[in-house]
Amino acid sequence: MGEMPFNNTVTGSTPSAVDFRYYRDPEIFAAEQRRIYAGPVWNYLGFEAEVPNAGDFISTYIGTVPVVLNRDKAGALHAWVNRCAHKGALVCRSARGNSKDGAFVCVYHQWAYDSKGNLAGAPFQRGMNGQGGYGPDFIKAEHGLQKVKVAVLSGMVFGSLDESAPPLEEFLGEVMCANVRRVLNRPIRILGYARQMMAGNWKLYSENSRDSYHGGLLHLFYPTFGIYRPSQKGKSEISEAGFHSLFSVYKPTGDIDYKNYGEQANREMTGGVATLQDARVIQYRPDIAGDVLLSIQSLFPSVVLQQIQNTLASRQVLPRAVDQTELIWTYFGYADDDADMTRHRIRNLNLVGPAGFISMEDGEAVELVQNGTAGNEGGRSLMTMGGGENIAREYTPIGMDENNVRGFWKGYFGLMRGWNQGDARSG
Amino acid sequence: MQDQDKIRQAVDVLNTEYAHCIDNDTLEAWPDFFVDDCEYQIIGRENVEAGLPAAVMFCDSRGMLVDRVVALRKANVYPEHTSRHMVGNCLLLGVEGDVIRAEANYVVFQTRLDGETKIFNAGKYVDEIVRVDGVLKFRRRACVYDTHRIQTLLVTPI
Repeated sequence: MGEMPFNNTVTGSTPSAVDFRYYRDPEIFAAEQRRIYAGPVWNYLGFEAEVPNAGDFISTYIGTVPVVLNRDKAGALHAWVNRCAHKGALVCRSARGNSKDGAFVCVYHQWAYDSKGNLAGAPFQRGMNGQGGYGPDFIKAEHGLQKVKVAVLSGMVFGSLDESAPPLEEFLGEVMCANVRRVLNRPIRILGYARQMMAGNWKLYSENSRDSYHGGLLHLFYPTFGIYRPSQKGKSEISEAGFHSLFSVYKPTGDIDYKNYGEQANREMTGGVATLQDARVIQYRPDIAGDVLLSIQSLFPSVVLQQIQNTLASRQVLPRAVDQTELIWTYFGYADDDADMTRHRIRNLNLVGPAGFISMEDGEAVELVQNGTAGNEGGRSLMTMGGGENIAREYTPIGMDENNVRGFWKGYFGLMRGWNQGDARSG
Repeated sequence: MQDQDKIRQAVDVLNTEYAHCIDNDTLEAWPDFFVDDCEYQIIGRENVEAGLPAAVMFCDSRGMLVDRVVALRKANVYPEHTSRHMVGNCLLLGVEGDVIRAEANYVVFQTRLDGETKIFNAGKYVDEIVRVDGVLKFRRRACVYDTHRIQTLLVTPI
C-alpha cells in the first residue's frame, strides 16, 4: 500500500475513504468523547448575548457532557461540568435562567456552588454534636465542580476541558477568526431557537456542512423556482490542521447597484417549474459590510456559523448517541436591527432550520447514510472529488470537490490516532 | 351577535376540516383556510415564552402558504410520511366584532415508510378567525409546539 499520511492503523481509512464503522461503532463514539470533545479543542458553548446579565446562565453540552455557562457578578464568564462533586447529579436543572445570588445548589443533598463552580458549602459537613459529617480531611476546595476553560471570540463563547488546548484563536486560525469577527461585527440580538434531531452520527452532519458538492444537487428549492443566481464567485478554505471549514460566496462585482441588489440578484427568475408567489422570502438586504454574500463556517467539532441571505445562525452539533445527533439552531440578528429588519429576518428564516427550504434536506441526507451503511462496517466512502487524496488550504470554485470534507477527517484522525490502543486520557 | 356555543361549534368544525385537509394530503386546498393577508407560523413554545420571535415556518401572506405547498411537492426532499392530527375542542378567548380569538390543543402523529406511528409534534393553535363571505378563515394561526426536538425535519404544515 502506498503512502497514506493519515492512515488509520485499524481500519485503513484515509480522509478520502472512511470506513463506515466510524458512523456506527459505539466504541469509537466513546473514544471520541475522550479524545475529541474532552481533548485539545474548543467546543461552542453559546453566545455572550445569551447570558448578558450577572447571574445569567445557560445549560449546554461538550459532547455528551452537560455543561453550564454563566456570568458572575463582576461580569466574568465561567463554565463548569454540570455534575455534582458529591454523587454526580445534575446541579443545574434549567435550560437557562438567572441565579440572583450567583449560587447553584444541587437539589439532592443541597451542595452549593458559586458561579465559578467552587463548593461553597455542604450541609452537615462537620456533623452535629460530634456526630456524623465528614472527617477533618474534607476540604471544600477539593470538591468543586470540574472547571471548563472559557474563551470568547467576538461574543461567541467556547469551552475546553483540556488544559493543553492551544489558545482559541490559535486553534481556529486567522482565516476562521476573521470570518467570525466579520459575521459578529456588532452586538447581536438572539431571535430564538430550533432543535432538530437526526437519527445519524454527528460526523455525517459535520461532513455535510463541509460538503459543497451536495449544495445545488440535494437542495432543489432554487432551481425548482427558477431563481437565477448570478455567476457568483466563491472559495472554500480550511484551517491548517484541517479541522475547520469556510465557504464564502462573494457579492457580484461590477455595476450592481446594492440598493437594488435584492431585486436584481434574487428576484429574477428563469426556467423553473414553478414561480414563487411571494419572493420576500428570498429577499436580501445588505447588512454586513464587505464583499461576502454568504458564508457557511464549520468550527470543529461542534458548531456551524452561517450567513445565508439575511439569516444569521449558529448550529450546535451535539452527539447524543452513535446514531443520534441533535442540531440546535440559535438564530440572531443585530442589536441595531429595527422592527422591520427583524421581521424580514424571521421571514428569511423560512430558508433555513429544520423546516428550511434550502436546509431541511440535510436531516434526511444524514439519516439516509446512517441507514444505508447498516451492516457494511469495513466498507468505505469515496471522497476523492476535486484533488483525490490532496487536501488544499484553499479551493476554488465551490461545488465540485470534497476538499473540506477531507480536511475534517484529517483533523479527526489526528486526534483519534491510536484510539483503539487504550486511552490514557480521562474525560 | 351569535351565541358563544354556535361560535365554538363553528370553530371546531373549521379545525376539523383543516386537520382533514392536511391528513388527507389535499395540501393544495390548505391555503384556502386563510385570508390573503394572513400570518401563519410554527414556533417553539420555548421561544414564545422567552418572547423570542424566531419560527421554523413563518408565512405572512397567503402566497407564502402556496409556495410552501409547491416546494413540498416539487423541490424538498424528505422521508415519505402521512400525518394524523388530533385537535381538541376549541377554547374561545374572545369575540370582538368580526374577529374570533380561539385556541385548541393538537397532536400530530406521523407515520413513515417503516409503518411506525410516532408523535411528531404536540402543541396548541393560537388563532384569530374572521368571517369572509360567510366562511370562517384564519387571519392568524400560530402553531405553538411543545415538541422542541423536531424529528429529522419539518415539511408538512401543522
